[in-house]
Amino acid sequence: MSDEIQAVEEEFDFEKVKPVLVEPLVDNNPIILQVLGICSALAVTSQLSTALIMSIALTSVVTASNTAIAVIRNHIPASIRIIVQMTIIASLVIVVDQILKAVAYDISKQLSVFVGLIITNCIVMGRAEAFAMQNPPLASFFDGLGNGLGYSLILIAVAVVRELFGSGSLLGVEILPLVKNGGWYEPNGLLLLPPSAFFIIGLLIWAVRTWKPKQVEAPDFRILPAHGEVA
Amino acid sequence: MEALISLFVKSVFIENLALAFFLGMCTFLAVSKRIATAIGLGIAVMVVQTLTVPANHLIHAYLLKEGALSWIGLPDVDLSFLVYLASIGVIAAIVQILEMVLDRFFPALYNALGIFLPLITVNCAILGGSLFMIEREYNLAESVVYGIGSGFGWALAITAMAGIREKLKYSDVPAGLQGLGITFITAGLMSLGFMAFSGIQL
Repeated sequence: MSDEIQAVEEEFDFEKVKPVLVEPLVDNNPIILQVLGICSALAVTSQLSTALIMSIALTSVVTASNTAIAVIRNHIPASIRIIVQMTIIASLVIVVDQILKAVAYDISKQLSVFVGLIITNCIVMGRAEAFAMQNPPLASFFDGLGNGLGYSLILIAVAVVRELFGSGSLLGVEILPLVKNGGWYEPNGLLLLPPSAFFIIGLLIWAVRTWKPKQVEAPDFRILPAHGEVA
Repeated sequence: MEALISLFVKSVFIENLALAFFLGMCTFLAVSKRIATAIGLGIAVMVVQTLTVPANHLIHAYLLKEGALSWIGLPDVDLSFLVYLASIGVIAAIVQILEMVLDRFFPALYNALGIFLPLITVNCAILGGSLFMIEREYNLAESVVYGIGSGFGWALAITAMAGIREKLKYSDVPAGLQGLGITFITAGLMSLGFMAFSGIQL
Protein backbone atom coordinates (compact mmCIF):
# COMPACT_ATOMS: atom_id res chain seq x y z
CA MET A 1 0.00 0.00 0.00
CA SER A 2 2.61 2.50 1.05
CA ASP A 3 4.77 1.34 -1.86
CA GLU A 4 1.95 2.21 -4.21
CA ILE A 5 1.57 5.71 -2.83
CA GLN A 6 5.28 6.24 -3.07
CA ALA A 7 5.30 5.02 -6.69
CA VAL A 8 2.44 7.36 -7.59
CA GLU A 9 4.22 10.23 -5.94
CA GLU A 10 7.45 9.49 -7.74
CA GLU A 11 5.68 9.20 -11.06
CA PHE A 12 3.94 12.50 -10.53
CA ASP A 13 7.21 14.11 -9.61
CA PHE A 14 8.99 12.58 -12.53
CA GLU A 15 6.42 13.80 -15.06
CA LYS A 16 7.06 17.31 -13.83
CA VAL A 17 10.83 17.11 -14.05
CA LYS A 18 10.97 14.96 -17.17
CA PRO A 19 11.13 17.84 -19.68
CA VAL A 20 13.86 19.51 -17.60
CA LEU A 21 15.86 16.29 -17.70
CA VAL A 22 15.21 15.16 -21.29
CA GLU A 23 15.18 18.42 -23.23
CA PRO A 24 18.93 19.13 -22.96
CA LEU A 25 19.70 15.73 -24.49
CA VAL A 26 18.76 16.52 -28.10
CA ASP A 27 16.18 19.30 -28.38
CA ASN A 28 18.21 21.85 -26.47
CA ASN A 29 21.64 20.28 -26.25
CA PRO A 30 24.14 22.54 -24.46
CA ILE A 31 26.96 21.84 -26.91
CA ILE A 32 25.39 21.70 -30.34
CA LEU A 33 22.58 24.19 -29.85
CA GLN A 34 23.55 26.58 -27.09
CA VAL A 35 27.26 26.48 -28.08
CA LEU A 36 28.34 26.13 -24.46
CA GLY A 37 31.23 24.24 -22.98
CA ILE A 38 32.93 23.34 -26.22
CA CYS A 39 36.51 23.90 -25.07
CA SER A 40 36.87 20.72 -23.12
CA ALA A 41 34.50 18.80 -25.37
CA LEU A 42 37.03 19.02 -28.17
CA ALA A 43 40.23 18.58 -26.25
CA VAL A 44 39.66 15.39 -24.25
CA THR A 45 37.91 13.29 -26.90
CA SER A 46 40.84 11.56 -28.61
CA GLN A 47 40.31 8.62 -26.22
CA LEU A 48 37.09 7.22 -24.85
CA SER A 49 38.46 6.75 -21.32
CA THR A 50 39.35 10.43 -20.83
CA ALA A 51 36.02 11.48 -22.35
CA LEU A 52 34.13 9.24 -19.93
CA ILE A 53 35.97 10.55 -16.88
CA MET A 54 35.49 14.13 -18.07
CA SER A 55 31.76 13.50 -18.58
CA ILE A 56 31.38 12.10 -15.08
CA ALA A 57 33.38 14.99 -13.60
CA LEU A 58 31.38 17.67 -15.39
CA THR A 59 28.00 16.05 -14.76
CA SER A 60 28.68 15.78 -11.04
CA VAL A 61 29.95 19.37 -10.82
CA VAL A 62 27.02 20.87 -12.73
CA THR A 63 24.47 18.81 -10.77
CA ALA A 64 25.99 19.67 -7.40
CA SER A 65 26.55 23.34 -8.20
CA ASN A 66 23.00 23.74 -9.55
CA THR A 67 21.57 22.17 -6.40
CA ALA A 68 23.80 24.17 -4.04
CA ILE A 69 23.09 27.47 -5.77
CA ALA A 70 19.34 26.76 -5.87
CA VAL A 71 19.34 26.09 -2.13
CA ILE A 72 20.84 29.48 -1.27
CA ARG A 73 19.43 31.40 -4.26
CA ASN A 74 17.28 33.67 -2.10
CA HIS A 75 20.21 34.68 0.08
CA ILE A 76 22.63 35.69 -2.70
CA PRO A 77 22.75 39.47 -3.29
CA ALA A 78 22.35 40.15 -7.01
CA SER A 79 25.43 42.33 -7.27
CA ILE A 80 27.90 39.66 -6.12
CA ARG A 81 26.12 36.59 -7.47
CA ILE A 82 28.79 35.84 -10.10
CA ILE A 83 31.52 35.70 -7.45
CA VAL A 84 29.38 33.50 -5.20
CA GLN A 85 28.62 31.12 -8.07
CA MET A 86 32.28 31.08 -9.09
CA THR A 87 33.40 30.22 -5.55
CA ILE A 88 30.90 27.38 -5.22
CA ILE A 89 31.86 25.97 -8.62
CA ALA A 90 35.60 26.33 -8.01
CA SER A 91 35.31 24.55 -4.64
CA LEU A 92 33.39 21.67 -6.23
CA VAL A 93 35.99 21.40 -8.99
CA ILE A 94 38.76 21.26 -6.38
CA VAL A 95 36.94 18.35 -4.71
CA VAL A 96 36.54 16.53 -8.04
CA ASP A 97 40.18 17.15 -8.93
CA GLN A 98 41.44 15.85 -5.57
CA ILE A 99 39.25 12.73 -5.90
CA LEU A 100 40.54 12.09 -9.42
CA LYS A 101 44.15 12.50 -8.30
CA ALA A 102 43.56 10.02 -5.50
CA VAL A 103 41.57 7.41 -7.45
CA ALA A 104 42.70 7.64 -11.07
CA TYR A 105 46.05 9.41 -11.11
CA ASP A 106 47.06 8.44 -14.67
CA ILE A 107 43.86 9.75 -16.20
CA SER A 108 43.99 12.93 -14.16
CA LYS A 109 47.50 13.50 -15.59
CA GLN A 110 46.15 12.99 -19.13
CA LEU A 111 43.29 15.40 -18.54
CA SER A 112 45.91 17.90 -17.30
CA VAL A 113 44.38 21.37 -17.04
CA PHE A 114 40.99 20.44 -18.41
CA VAL A 115 39.55 19.35 -15.07
CA GLY A 116 40.43 22.79 -13.72
CA LEU A 117 38.83 24.37 -16.73
CA ILE A 118 35.43 22.99 -15.67
CA ILE A 119 35.37 26.19 -13.55
CA THR A 120 35.12 28.32 -16.67
CA ASN A 121 33.02 25.81 -18.57
CA CYS A 122 30.11 27.89 -19.78
CA ILE A 123 27.60 25.08 -19.14
CA VAL A 124 28.16 25.19 -15.39
CA MET A 125 28.03 28.99 -15.11
CA GLY A 126 25.26 29.20 -17.68
CA ARG A 127 22.94 26.77 -15.89
CA ALA A 128 23.67 28.37 -12.51
CA GLU A 129 22.81 31.80 -13.85
CA ALA A 130 19.91 30.83 -16.13
CA PHE A 131 18.18 28.09 -14.15
CA ALA A 132 19.36 27.55 -10.58
CA MET A 133 18.96 31.22 -9.59
CA GLN A 134 15.20 31.08 -10.31
CA ASN A 135 14.20 27.49 -9.53
CA PRO A 136 13.86 25.24 -6.46
CA PRO A 137 16.63 22.74 -5.64
CA LEU A 138 14.95 19.56 -6.95
CA ALA A 139 14.21 21.01 -10.40
CA SER A 140 17.71 22.51 -10.51
CA PHE A 141 19.18 19.12 -9.65
CA PHE A 142 17.47 17.52 -12.65
CA ASP A 143 18.31 20.46 -14.89
CA GLY A 144 21.97 20.06 -13.97
CA LEU A 145 21.80 16.31 -14.49
CA GLY A 146 20.08 16.72 -17.88
CA ASN A 147 22.60 19.26 -19.14
CA GLY A 148 25.48 17.18 -17.84
CA LEU A 149 24.11 14.15 -19.68
CA GLY A 150 23.54 16.17 -22.87
CA TYR A 151 27.19 17.25 -22.72
CA SER A 152 28.30 13.66 -22.01
CA LEU A 153 26.29 12.34 -24.95
CA ILE A 154 28.16 14.52 -27.46
CA LEU A 155 31.51 13.96 -25.76
CA ILE A 156 31.13 10.18 -25.83
CA ALA A 157 29.84 10.16 -29.43
CA VAL A 158 32.85 12.17 -30.62
CA ALA A 159 35.27 10.08 -28.57
CA VAL A 160 33.88 6.78 -29.91
CA VAL A 161 34.40 7.95 -33.51
CA ARG A 162 37.87 9.31 -32.82
CA GLU A 163 39.22 6.36 -30.85
CA LEU A 164 37.57 3.65 -32.97
CA PHE A 165 38.73 4.97 -36.33
CA GLY A 166 41.84 6.79 -35.11
CA SER A 167 43.46 3.93 -33.26
CA GLY A 168 41.16 0.98 -33.93
CA SER A 169 40.24 0.44 -30.29
CA LEU A 170 37.70 1.38 -27.65
CA LEU A 171 38.79 1.98 -24.04
CA GLY A 172 42.16 0.58 -25.11
CA VAL A 173 40.66 -2.76 -26.27
CA GLU A 174 41.37 -3.49 -29.93
CA ILE A 175 38.14 -3.65 -31.96
CA LEU A 176 39.40 -3.21 -35.49
CA PRO A 177 42.57 -5.34 -35.91
CA LEU A 178 45.38 -3.02 -37.03
CA VAL A 179 47.62 -3.70 -40.01
CA LYS A 180 50.72 -3.43 -37.83
CA ASN A 181 49.35 -6.22 -35.60
CA GLY A 182 48.56 -8.44 -38.59
CA GLY A 183 44.96 -7.28 -39.07
CA TRP A 184 43.32 -5.36 -41.93
CA TYR A 185 42.58 -1.89 -40.53
CA GLU A 186 44.90 1.00 -41.35
CA PRO A 187 44.16 3.66 -38.66
CA ASN A 188 43.33 7.19 -39.75
CA GLY A 189 45.88 9.32 -37.92
CA LEU A 190 44.04 12.57 -38.65
CA LEU A 191 41.32 11.57 -36.20
CA LEU A 192 43.79 11.73 -33.32
CA LEU A 193 44.80 15.31 -34.20
CA PRO A 194 42.91 18.39 -32.94
CA PRO A 195 41.24 19.45 -36.26
CA SER A 196 39.21 16.25 -36.52
CA ALA A 197 37.25 17.16 -33.37
CA PHE A 198 36.00 20.31 -35.10
CA PHE A 199 34.97 18.35 -38.19
CA ILE A 200 33.15 15.66 -36.22
CA ILE A 201 31.16 18.18 -34.16
CA GLY A 202 30.37 20.15 -37.33
CA LEU A 203 29.07 17.02 -39.05
CA LEU A 204 27.19 16.00 -35.89
CA ILE A 205 25.43 19.39 -35.89
CA TRP A 206 24.56 18.84 -39.55
CA ALA A 207 23.11 15.40 -38.80
CA VAL A 208 21.04 16.60 -35.81
CA ARG A 209 19.70 19.58 -37.72
CA THR A 210 18.73 17.44 -40.69
CA TRP A 211 16.83 15.24 -38.23
CA LYS A 212 15.28 18.24 -36.43
CA PRO A 213 14.90 20.99 -39.07
CA LYS A 214 13.51 23.38 -36.43
CA GLN A 215 17.07 23.96 -35.18
CA VAL A 216 18.38 25.22 -38.55
CA GLU A 217 19.64 28.82 -38.37
CA ALA A 218 18.31 31.32 -40.89
CA PRO A 219 20.99 32.41 -43.38
CA ASP A 220 22.12 36.07 -43.26
CA PHE A 221 21.73 36.40 -47.01
CA ARG A 222 19.80 34.46 -49.60
CA ILE A 223 21.73 33.51 -52.72
CA LEU A 224 19.62 34.50 -55.73
CA PRO A 225 20.03 32.74 -59.06
CA ALA A 226 22.13 34.66 -61.60
CA HIS A 227 20.59 36.21 -64.72
CA GLY A 228 19.57 33.67 -67.32
CA GLU A 229 19.93 30.76 -64.89
CA VAL A 230 16.85 28.62 -64.39
CA ALA A 231 15.78 28.97 -60.78
CA MET B 1 66.92 35.16 -24.84
CA GLU B 2 66.80 32.65 -27.66
CA ALA B 3 64.73 30.33 -25.51
CA LEU B 4 62.25 33.13 -24.83
CA ILE B 5 61.81 33.95 -28.52
CA SER B 6 61.32 30.29 -29.25
CA LEU B 7 58.71 30.10 -26.45
CA PHE B 8 56.91 33.11 -27.95
CA VAL B 9 56.73 31.57 -31.42
CA LYS B 10 55.64 28.27 -29.92
CA SER B 11 52.83 29.84 -27.90
CA VAL B 12 51.58 31.91 -30.84
CA PHE B 13 51.61 29.33 -33.61
CA ILE B 14 52.37 25.77 -32.56
CA GLU B 15 50.46 25.65 -29.29
CA ASN B 16 47.80 28.17 -30.24
CA LEU B 17 45.33 28.23 -27.35
CA ALA B 18 42.28 28.46 -29.61
CA LEU B 19 43.16 26.09 -32.42
CA ALA B 20 45.36 23.47 -30.76
CA PHE B 21 43.87 23.35 -27.25
CA PHE B 22 40.35 24.59 -28.04
CA LEU B 23 40.40 27.13 -25.23
CA GLY B 24 38.03 30.08 -25.20
CA MET B 25 35.84 28.39 -27.79
CA CYS B 26 32.52 29.77 -26.53
CA THR B 27 33.58 33.36 -27.15
CA PHE B 28 35.66 32.32 -30.18
CA LEU B 29 32.53 31.08 -31.93
CA ALA B 30 30.08 33.65 -30.55
CA VAL B 31 32.01 36.89 -31.09
CA SER B 32 33.66 36.18 -34.45
CA LYS B 33 30.96 37.46 -36.78
CA ARG B 34 32.59 40.86 -37.43
CA ILE B 35 36.28 41.72 -37.76
CA ALA B 36 36.04 44.96 -35.74
CA THR B 37 34.53 43.28 -32.66
CA ALA B 38 36.89 40.33 -33.02
CA ILE B 39 39.93 42.63 -32.95
CA GLY B 40 38.54 44.41 -29.88
CA LEU B 41 38.04 41.17 -28.01
CA GLY B 42 41.43 39.88 -29.19
CA ILE B 43 43.24 42.91 -27.79
CA ALA B 44 41.33 42.67 -24.52
CA VAL B 45 42.28 38.99 -24.15
CA MET B 46 45.91 39.80 -24.91
CA VAL B 47 46.06 42.56 -22.28
CA VAL B 48 44.37 40.46 -19.59
CA GLN B 49 46.49 37.41 -20.40
CA THR B 50 49.70 39.45 -20.19
CA LEU B 51 48.72 40.64 -16.70
CA THR B 52 47.19 37.49 -15.24
CA VAL B 53 49.78 34.85 -16.18
CA PRO B 54 52.69 36.59 -14.39
CA ALA B 55 50.41 37.55 -11.46
CA ASN B 56 49.33 33.95 -11.05
CA HIS B 57 52.95 32.87 -11.36
CA LEU B 58 53.93 35.09 -8.41
CA ILE B 59 51.01 33.88 -6.30
CA HIS B 60 51.78 30.27 -7.09
CA ALA B 61 55.52 30.59 -6.49
CA TYR B 62 55.37 32.60 -3.25
CA LEU B 63 52.12 31.45 -1.62
CA LEU B 64 50.71 28.19 -2.90
CA LYS B 65 53.48 25.88 -4.10
CA GLU B 66 54.74 23.14 -1.82
CA GLY B 67 57.26 24.79 0.49
CA ALA B 68 56.52 28.25 -0.97
CA LEU B 69 55.66 29.65 2.44
CA SER B 70 59.13 28.99 3.86
CA TRP B 71 59.83 32.76 3.66
CA ILE B 72 57.49 33.30 6.61
CA GLY B 73 58.74 30.20 8.39
CA LEU B 74 56.19 27.60 7.28
CA PRO B 75 58.23 25.25 5.07
CA ASP B 76 55.85 22.28 5.42
CA VAL B 77 52.69 23.95 4.14
CA ASP B 78 51.40 22.83 0.73
CA LEU B 79 48.48 24.90 -0.51
CA SER B 80 48.64 23.76 -4.12
CA PHE B 81 45.07 22.43 -3.99
CA LEU B 82 43.94 26.08 -3.81
CA VAL B 83 45.41 26.84 -7.25
CA TYR B 84 42.06 26.85 -9.07
CA LEU B 85 40.32 29.06 -6.55
CA ALA B 86 43.27 31.47 -6.38
CA SER B 87 43.73 31.67 -10.15
CA ILE B 88 40.11 32.42 -10.90
CA GLY B 89 40.02 34.94 -8.06
CA VAL B 90 43.11 36.72 -9.39
CA ILE B 91 41.65 36.78 -12.90
CA ALA B 92 38.29 38.16 -11.74
CA ALA B 93 40.04 40.80 -9.62
CA ILE B 94 42.44 41.90 -12.39
CA VAL B 95 39.61 42.17 -14.91
CA GLN B 96 37.62 44.26 -12.45
CA ILE B 97 40.59 46.55 -11.70
CA LEU B 98 41.41 46.90 -15.39
CA GLU B 99 37.82 47.87 -16.08
CA MET B 100 37.91 50.57 -13.39
CA VAL B 101 41.33 51.92 -14.50
CA LEU B 102 40.24 52.09 -18.14
CA ASP B 103 36.99 53.78 -17.17
CA ARG B 104 38.84 56.42 -15.13
CA PHE B 105 41.88 57.17 -17.31
CA PHE B 106 41.18 55.94 -20.85
CA PRO B 107 37.45 56.45 -21.50
CA ALA B 108 37.84 55.99 -25.28
CA LEU B 109 39.51 52.63 -24.81
CA TYR B 110 36.95 51.71 -22.17
CA ASN B 111 34.13 52.36 -24.60
CA ALA B 112 35.80 50.14 -27.18
CA LEU B 113 36.78 47.25 -24.91
CA GLY B 114 34.36 47.68 -22.00
CA ILE B 115 31.71 45.24 -23.13
CA PHE B 116 34.27 42.47 -23.65
CA LEU B 117 35.93 42.65 -20.26
CA PRO B 118 33.22 40.85 -18.23
CA LEU B 119 33.21 38.08 -20.86
CA ILE B 120 36.90 37.51 -20.28
CA THR B 121 36.59 36.38 -16.66
CA VAL B 122 34.85 33.22 -17.81
CA ASN B 123 37.01 32.74 -20.90
CA CYS B 124 38.78 29.40 -20.60
CA ALA B 125 41.77 30.73 -22.56
CA ILE B 126 42.69 33.02 -19.65
CA LEU B 127 42.37 30.39 -16.91
CA GLY B 128 43.90 27.80 -19.26
CA GLY B 129 46.95 30.00 -19.84
CA SER B 130 47.56 30.32 -16.10
CA LEU B 131 47.06 26.59 -15.49
CA PHE B 132 49.41 25.64 -18.35
CA MET B 133 52.00 28.03 -16.91
CA ILE B 134 51.77 26.26 -13.54
CA GLU B 135 51.78 22.78 -15.05
CA ARG B 136 54.84 23.50 -17.21
CA GLU B 137 56.66 25.25 -14.34
CA TYR B 138 57.62 28.42 -16.25
CA ASN B 139 59.75 30.99 -14.40
CA LEU B 140 58.75 34.67 -14.18
CA ALA B 141 60.35 35.78 -17.48
CA GLU B 142 58.92 32.77 -19.29
CA SER B 143 55.46 33.37 -17.88
CA VAL B 144 55.49 37.00 -19.08
CA VAL B 145 56.48 35.86 -22.57
CA TYR B 146 53.97 33.01 -22.49
CA GLY B 147 51.21 35.41 -21.41
CA ILE B 148 51.90 37.81 -24.28
CA GLY B 149 52.39 35.02 -26.82
CA SER B 150 49.33 32.97 -25.98
CA GLY B 151 47.14 36.08 -25.85
CA PHE B 152 48.47 37.23 -29.21
CA GLY B 153 47.92 33.79 -30.73
CA TRP B 154 44.31 33.77 -29.54
CA ALA B 155 43.75 37.29 -30.92
CA LEU B 156 45.24 36.22 -34.26
CA ALA B 157 43.00 33.17 -34.45
CA ILE B 158 39.77 35.02 -33.68
CA THR B 159 40.60 37.84 -36.13
CA ALA B 160 41.32 35.36 -38.91
CA MET B 161 38.14 33.48 -38.07
CA ALA B 162 36.08 36.69 -38.25
CA GLY B 163 37.62 37.55 -41.62
CA ILE B 164 36.63 34.16 -43.02
CA ARG B 165 33.13 34.36 -41.56
CA GLU B 166 32.53 37.80 -43.08
CA LYS B 167 33.19 36.30 -46.51
CA LEU B 168 31.30 33.12 -45.65
CA LYS B 169 28.03 35.04 -45.29
CA TYR B 170 27.81 35.25 -49.06
CA SER B 171 28.38 31.58 -49.78
CA ASP B 172 25.76 28.93 -50.38
CA VAL B 173 25.86 26.68 -47.31
CA PRO B 174 23.62 23.57 -46.95
CA ALA B 175 20.66 24.29 -44.66
CA GLY B 176 21.72 22.02 -41.77
CA LEU B 177 25.26 23.38 -41.73
CA GLN B 178 24.14 27.01 -41.73
CA GLY B 179 25.64 29.10 -38.92
CA LEU B 180 27.27 26.98 -36.22
CA GLY B 181 27.97 23.88 -38.32
CA ILE B 182 29.98 25.60 -41.03
CA THR B 183 31.80 27.63 -38.37
CA PHE B 184 33.04 24.40 -36.80
CA ILE B 185 34.21 23.05 -40.15
CA THR B 186 36.00 26.35 -40.87
CA ALA B 187 37.70 26.25 -37.46
CA GLY B 188 38.80 22.68 -38.23
CA LEU B 189 40.38 23.75 -41.52
CA MET B 190 42.12 26.67 -39.79
CA SER B 191 43.40 24.34 -37.10
CA LEU B 192 44.73 22.07 -39.86
CA GLY B 193 46.53 25.10 -41.30
CA PHE B 194 48.06 26.01 -37.95
CA MET B 195 49.34 22.45 -37.57
CA ALA B 196 51.70 23.14 -40.46
CA PHE B 197 53.76 25.21 -38.00
CA SER B 198 54.32 22.24 -35.72
CA GLY B 199 57.61 21.29 -37.40
CA ILE B 200 59.23 24.64 -36.64
CA GLN B 201 62.26 24.49 -34.37
CA LEU B 202 64.15 27.61 -33.37
